[in-house]
Parts: sequence; C-alpha cells; structure tokens
Amino acid sequence: MRQQKKPVILDKLDAWLADANQSFSPEMQKVRQEALESFKEIGFPHHKMEKWRDTNLTEALSFDYSLWTKEFNTSIKEEEIFKCDVHELDAFTVNLYRGRYVYKDQPIFEMDNGTIVGSIAAAFEKYPELVAKHFGKYHKEGDVKAFDLLNTALFLDGLFVYVPKNVKVEQAIQLINAVGREENAFVQNRNLIVLEDGAELTLIHCDDSYDYKRSFTNTVSEYYVGENARLDHYKIQNLNDNSYIVNSDYFHQERYANVSTNKMMLNGGIIRNEVYNKLNGEGSESKILGLYLADKSQHVDNQVFVDHAKPNCESTELFKGIVDDYAHAVFNGHILVRPDAQQTNAYQDNNNIILTDKAKINSKPFLEIYADDVKCSHGSTMGQLDENSLFYIRQRGIGIDNARLLLMYAYAAEVINHIKIETLLNRIDDMVKKRLRGELSICDQCVLQCSSPEYSFEIDMDKID
Amino acid sequence: MLLNIKDLHVEINGKEILKGVNLEVNKGEVHAIMGPNGTGKSTLAAVVAGKDGYEVTQGEILFNGKDISEMAPEVRAQEGIFLGFQYPVEIPGVSITNFMRTAMNEIRKYHGQEPLAAGEFLKKMNEKQKLVEIHSKLKNRSVNEGFSGGEKKKNEIFQMAMLEPQLAILDETDSGLDIDALRIVANGVNKLKTDDNATVVITHYQRLLDYIVPDVVHILFDGKIVMSGGKELAMELEEKGYEWIKQKVNG
Ligand SMILES: Nc1ncnc2c1ncn2[C@@H]1O[C@H](COP(=O)(O)OP(=O)(O)O)[C@@H](O)[C@H]1O
Ligand SMILES: [Mg+2]
Repeated sequence: MRQQKKPVILDKLDAWLADANQSFSPEMQKVRQEALESFKEIGFPHHKMEKWRDTNLTEALSFDYSLWTKEFNTSIKEEEIFKCDVHELDAFTVNLYRGRYVYKDQPIFEMDNGTIVGSIAAAFEKYPELVAKHFGKYHKEGDVKAFDLLNTALFLDGLFVYVPKNVKVEQAIQLINAVGREENAFVQNRNLIVLEDGAELTLIHCDDSYDYKRSFTNTVSEYYVGENARLDHYKIQNLNDNSYIVNSDYFHQERYANVSTNKMMLNGGIIRNEVYNKLNGEGSESKILGLYLADKSQHVDNQVFVDHAKPNCESTELFKGIVDDYAHAVFNGHILVRPDAQQTNAYQDNNNIILTDKAKINSKPFLEIYADDVKCSHGSTMGQLDENSLFYIRQRGIGIDNARLLLMYAYAAEVINHIKIETLLNRIDDMVKKRLRGELSICDQCVLQCSSPEYSFEIDMDKID
Repeated sequence: MLLNIKDLHVEINGKEILKGVNLEVNKGEVHAIMGPNGTGKSTLAAVVAGKDGYEVTQGEILFNGKDISEMAPEVRAQEGIFLGFQYPVEIPGVSITNFMRTAMNEIRKYHGQEPLAAGEFLKKMNEKQKLVEIHSKLKNRSVNEGFSGGEKKKNEIFQMAMLEPQLAILDETDSGLDIDALRIVANGVNKLKTDDNATVVITHYQRLLDYIVPDVVHILFDGKIVMSGGKELAMELEEKGYEWIKQKVNG
C-alpha cells in the first residue's frame, strides 16, 4: 500500500499550543496540554475508521496551514468587519475572523437582564466557574474524537452566551466566522452557549469566506439547554470551494427543553457536520434539520447522533440534499433509545436528489433501541427529479431549466420553511434560488461576487503585536 | 385547420400503440374521442403534448400548419396546446400562484409580450377561480397537493382558463367526478369556448356529452379511429356498448 503522507502541520502543533496557551489560566493550559497529548495518540481520523469511511481528509490536511496565534487585541475599522447582508435582520452580531474575536469596544457584554454575550476567551477569565461548569461536558460518554481534542488544545476564541433563568432574549444573536484574505488559515473555533431553565434564545451561526483563499476550520460548539428552555439555532455554511470545515455541535437538553437546529449547507469544499444531541430530561424535544446543495467536486457529510436517555422525548431529523456534477454527499444518522427512554418518538429522514450519474451518495440510517414502547422511523431516499412532474410543468409552457428549478426549489423549501425569522427566511430563500441556478450566493460583501477579486486585507497590522 | 394528425403511428418500448390515427380539428369545434380502456386515447394526447418515451414511427402532427413533432413540450404549450391530465401531478412546495405566474409569463415571453403585472395577474386568478367554482384559497396552496379527485380536475380547468390555449385536450377530465363537479367542469369548458379555439375531450363515458355538446365524435379502438360521426354516435355507443364496435371492426 502507498504510504500516506504525514500532514506537515503535525510538526507544528506543539509550537501552536505554546503560542496559543499564553492567555489561558494554568488549569486550562493543563487541560489543553493533555488534550493535545491525547490527540497525538489517536491522530487525525482516516478512511479506515467506520465514521470516516466516506470522507477523506488526506488532501485537505496536507497543506501548510498556519494558526493565527498572534495576539489581536484591537478594534477593527467598522468597514472591515464581515457584515451579514440579511436585510433588516435584527441581531446582536459577534464577529470572528479566522477564529479570533473581533470586538468593537469590549470583548464581552453583560446585558441588563443578565445575559452575557461575547468572547469565550474573555469568559474564561471573567466567569471561570460558569464556563467550567459546562465546558467540555456534553460529549457522549466514552466517545473520544480527534477533532474535539485538537480544538480543546488549540482554540483561540469563539462565542460565549449565557442566558439566565427565565430570560427570553428578544434579539437574535449572530455569530459570523469569516475566513480568507490570507492563504492556508487553520481555524479552531470554540463556542459555548448556556441557557438556564426557562431561557429562550435564537442563535444564527454563519461561516463565510471573504475570497477564494484556502482554510481549514474545526469548530466545536456546546449548547446546554436547561429545563423548559428553548433554543432556535441556525447554521449557514457558505464558504468557498477551497474551504474545509469540520463542525461539531453538542446539544444537551434537560426536561421539556426544546431545540431546533437548522443547517443550510450552501457551499464549501468539504463540509463535515457532526451533531450529538442528548435528550437528557423527560419531555424534551429536538428538531434537527439540514439542507445541502453540493456540486462540482464538493463533499458534504452529516453525522447525526440522537441520544434518547429519558422517557417521553421526541426527536425529528430531516436532511435533504441536491447533489450535482461529481459531488459527494454522506449521511449517517444514529438514533439511540436507552432502556429508560419509554414513549420515545424518534424520526429520521434523509432524502437526496441526484442530478448526474457521477454524483455520489452514501446514506446510512441506524436505529439502536433498548426500550420497548417507542415509535421510531427512519427513511432514506435517493432519486432524480420526477419525470412526470417535469412533464406536467413543461406542459404548462415552463421551459425545462425553470421546471427543474421549480422542482428543486420546492424540494428544498421543505427544510427552508422551518426558518422562523422572516428576514432570514427570505434571504436564505434567495440564496438557495441563486445557488440552484448555479450561481454562487455568497453574502454581498464577499468578493466572490465582486468584479475585483483583489481585495486587500486592511486590518491595521501595527496593532497586532 | 388547427390540428391535423395524419396517419400517426406511435410505439412505446417497441410496441405499436397507435396504428395510423387521422384527426382534423378546426377552430371553433369541440371533438370527443371515445373508446374502451387501453386503446390509446391517453397515448394520443401525450404524443400531441410531446411527452418523452413515445416514438413516432410514421405520420405527422401539424398544429396551425406547423409540424410540431420535434418540439419540446414547453414550446408546444407556448404555441397554444394544453393538456388536461387524466392524473394531475401533485407538486408539493410549488404554489399554484407561482406556478401559473411562471407559466403565463413564459408563454407571454414566447409571444414577445411583457410579463403580466402582479395586480392584473391576481385579478385574473380570482376571476378564473370563480369560473370553476373553486372557493378555497388557492393562492398559497401547492399544485394539486392534498386535493381531492374532483379538486384536481377543477384545477386543470382553472389552469386552462388562466392560460387560454388555442387547443385544449382534456383527458378523461370527467372520470371520478360526482355530478356536481362534472357540471362545473363542463360549464367551465363551455364558457371558455370561442370561435378561435378548439377542445378535444377524451372520455370513456357518454355522460360528459350531456353537458359538453361535441361537433364530432370519434371512436378510437385498438390504436385507430374506427368511426367518426355527430353527437348521435355517442348515444348509439352508449346504447350498444363497446362490444358493438368490436364486432363491427372485427366483422
Ligand atoms: N409507458 C407505457 N409503457 C408501456 N405500455 C404503455 C405505456 N403507456 C401506455 N401503455 C400501453 O398503451 C396502451 C394504450 O394506453 P392508453 O393510451 O393509456 O389507453 P387509454 O387512455 O385509451 O386507456 C395500453 O395497452 C397500455 O398498456
Ligand atoms: Mg387514458
């Protein structure tokens, strides 16, 4: 067998850790050191591993990336910040650039109602107990993942949100993580979102590119959703084709907690999304939705694990994709119903439209059930656009391209229509339509749409020491 | 002449279904095509509309004097051919409004006309909805999704009313309808009739012809039109049954 080339970045990890560690407390430094040691023992995942059989990161990991460990404690000119062009979206926006927190006047905000929003690095300093109580706590017992370890060891910053008991945050919080402007960025982004009992929050998480520069992003987000709390979560992944992203979301729910998470995977070179959702309290409910549109040689992989640990919970998964050209989509859904979890309702669906015979889909639903009084279903479909529907539409005078578009859009709309924020819904709707027409629909500010792709990076370098 | 089908032979997967059909339809006329199940009525309709999977091995189809057999289905529709489907397709996620608006504007574009303004379009929708007595809010519903059999058929006539085709071929629009729905559908068709357009109703039963009075009745049997006549022919057929045709053809 051909020897796999060792990723060059493996030799840089220790130096990165040394640089990245400086701003953290001694205890945290120890945690990070240990995480890196554990990571080195297991290494990057490879395609012989069951969960990585259909996603090969060899090439993505082969580049000489750099982690931006330099201190970056300054404000950026307003116009330099990646702005989201969802019109009239009323959101409190937090910007990250290459995984670093871009703040306007302060790293972390405390609202009148006690809600805390801002940099996770700042939260480690300012609210150490609060962070320690939840950080790294919501993984599946015994499940050690290389990318999580790497993230724990090397993350520089990310979003921290704390919503106190019974506080309903009116304004959505938006996290924008932008990459680009410099080649080969290695981004380790870590987010922690805590909703105390009865709290409510809408969170929009966008991954965007400024340009065509290559990047590898590893994001880990942990969400604690307390009793009767409610999280409405959106993730929009709209990156250039030279972007690789491994994104892991951990949703931990207590009694009667409600989570809805909706992912729009619009563009990216390799997108790997992992969800682990633990329904840890009776009566909790989750909706895990996703739409992926992949073309050219793009690769989208969704791994969803729903863990029903307590009775009377309900989970609904719906992932739909349209796969064109040589693109490859992977779906792996796992529902675990533990012996305690009677009266579970768990539904899982993965539907795919495959537009060419070169496109590829691997879809694997899996149910693991140890309780006897449960309602579970899973389904996986793969098909072309329906010929009878196409003929029906064309018979009314609509040309084949528009007929296909109508059908694809209608198919996607089943996922999009779950978006509860109207301005976001309209924008996504638009982006999906554009995307289906084969145009890139990166946010307006991005040069992918601009005529002049040379857009220089103008963060004031003087202020970076 | 609006539609002129000459010696049409059609195969599906190498099997000959239409075996030399001749049919002439002029503007201002209503034709009925009758015949037992499986004789090729829907095949004839589908071939005129341009559905894939049918091979014309002989003969020609002229519409307004133009040979349409190589045209894409959308172009035939834009030229003015409408097919009312025997089994209308459900299209979840596509609203009727969006569907009709797109269709109308593409047809208008084909004829070099500007798109219809939103207000005018909605006005037209309301008007035509009344014509087929659809009372429910159509606007936000998906095309045929969750419609009853009767609603689907009414929706076909509604679309016909919106698009104002020159030739409408209605494939068993009457089947599965109760007497009220049948009356509404027939009424719609009658109201849409002008001197400039024509309708071909395909039906298995004579009862539709109590409401829509055809100028010519054709009997399609085993891939051929074996008899044509006035509306009396339909009544004779109703009386004597398809066995009578069978014997006449074979004997
Ligand atoms: N897609 C198809 N493939 C094979 N045979 C078909 C297909 N569609 C129709 N047929 C055959 O063609 C003949 C005519 O069918 P059809 O035109 O539907 O008849 P009608 O509408 O008069 O009942 C039947 O024998 C039917 O089985
Ligand atoms: Mg038929």
